[in-house]
Amino acid sequence: MKFKSLGYCFVQGLKNIGRNRIFSLASVVTMSLCIFVLGLFYSITTNVSFMVDQMSESLCVKVFFEKGIAEERIESIGNSINEYDGVTMVHFTSADEAWEQYKLEYFGEEYMDLADGYADDNPLKDAASYEVYFSNADMQDDLVKYISDIDGVRRVNSSEVTADSLSEISSLVSVVSIVVLVMLTAIALFLISNTISIGIAVRDEEIKIMRLLGAHNTFIRAPFVVEGIVIGMAGAVIPVIILYAVYGNVVNYILTKFSFLSNILSFMPVTELFKVFVPMALILSIGLGLLGSFLSLNRHLKEK
Amino acid sequence: MIDLENVSKTYSTGVPALNDINLHIDEGEFVFIVGVSGSGKSTLIKLLLKELNPTSGKIVINGKNLAKIKKNKLPYLRRDIGVVFQDFRLFEDRNVYENVAFAQKAIEAPGKRIRSKVLAMLSMVGLLEKYKTNPKQLSGGEQQRVAIARALINQPAILLADEPTGNLDEANSWEIMKLLENANEQGTTVVVVTHNLEIVRAMRKRTISIENGRIVRDIEEGGNFYEI
Repeated sequence: MKFKSLGYCFVQGLKNIGRNRIFSLASVVTMSLCIFVLGLFYSITTNVSFMVDQMSESLCVKVFFEKGIAEERIESIGNSINEYDGVTMVHFTSADEAWEQYKLEYFGEEYMDLADGYADDNPLKDAASYEVYFSNADMQDDLVKYISDIDGVRRVNSSEVTADSLSEISSLVSVVSIVVLVMLTAIALFLISNTISIGIAVRDEEIKIMRLLGAHNTFIRAPFVVEGIVIGMAGAVIPVIILYAVYGNVVNYILTKFSFLSNILSFMPVTELFKVFVPMALILSIGLGLLGSFLSLNRHLKEK
Repeated sequence: MIDLENVSKTYSTGVPALNDINLHIDEGEFVFIVGVSGSGKSTLIKLLLKELNPTSGKIVINGKNLAKIKKNKLPYLRRDIGVVFQDFRLFEDRNVYENVAFAQKAIEAPGKRIRSKVLAMLSMVGLLEKYKTNPKQLSGGEQQRVAIARALINQPAILLADEPTGNLDEANSWEIMKLLENANEQGTTVVVVTHNLEIVRAMRKRTISIENGRIVRDIEEGGNFYEI
């Protein structure tokens, strides 16, 4: 097919959509639904893994020492922990610092004088600790075991429940989204292919005459391919716009209505999310449009 | 120009349509093919257009053996063959101009020349003033003239007309035959399948009679047409 015929084929493709507007609309709606659900699950899974990553970065175990331990021993324990592969930071909190933090947390600036009775007798004198930060939630168990075995360590506090739960939620959402996506993809493919088939049936006479006049197969097929691509693209653009508008509002709503979550949850910025999602949605929808039209064309427009 | 050697066609249902046809048509000839319904005339046209393949035998058009033409070369063969049907087969969602221009667009002709060529062709068939009219608003004769303009616009070497006057009254039938004769005078080989023996006898062109899938008579131009 010649390059200059592309315009003609494009216009014919659009006309096909107009001629089968009901079926085209059904295809666009299904495709939109497919991409919308994909976007929804993608947003959830991406945000869950984003949160897991964020939590991993702030994941730490707290290490407490035997009573009356010498400062040199504490330093030596710190060095041993630092040598462990995957440990990103070790922060020491002295007993005095621990008491200051406790006072601030429980009495606040306003009632700080209530703690004056302990001025010379730090009730947390055995509460000096290391906060050990590490890169991956999966290494927590081994790290805790390693630290617990170090001589002079009394207790190691960890937060494995949260990390495990988030990982499990992320996996569950991924599995559900793949299942739903496969189902919707199959429906979208069927509907697009059907729409193109009806377009071919409607233009059957025109196609026969085109063949008799000596039109090339690619010239005859191109408008239907255009039809598939346009339906696919429309099915992607609509949900992308809706999701873009909805995402920011939903995040704001969650953080405003459930303000206590704002310390726990950190959502991915919309621009970051859509940097991956938009090309993904376009590739999927255009791919489905192309596949749907090729399936119909191969079924109905084979030259005998 | 057109050669058929021992061509037979039997449909998959087992019905024989053509039986051992041998035929030669020279470049620039005007040939009538006559016969009753079911005699095999339309099958012959479909074989020439390679809409069907023969069960046996060889068909050569313009020196090309149809059996050896690859699928992707088929459009080039068809560009050399114009077709006119009894039921016109015009697009009712397009006007006269667009119907004729469609033939040029289908072969991806240079866009700049399409308009002038279409208008010239419509002028030749006497429909220039109606170029914006929808085919539904035209008489049967006028619709067939549009179909002829569409068949001739790509300047085919051969024009196949399958019952072109089948749906027309006598006056319109003669106008259509006149147009086909004009095309022939300009060098196009014309093959007309028809029932209209009055026209065949009056025009005294070469006439091939088919009965039960066999050629039973081949009367040369100017011959004794009262045999048919």
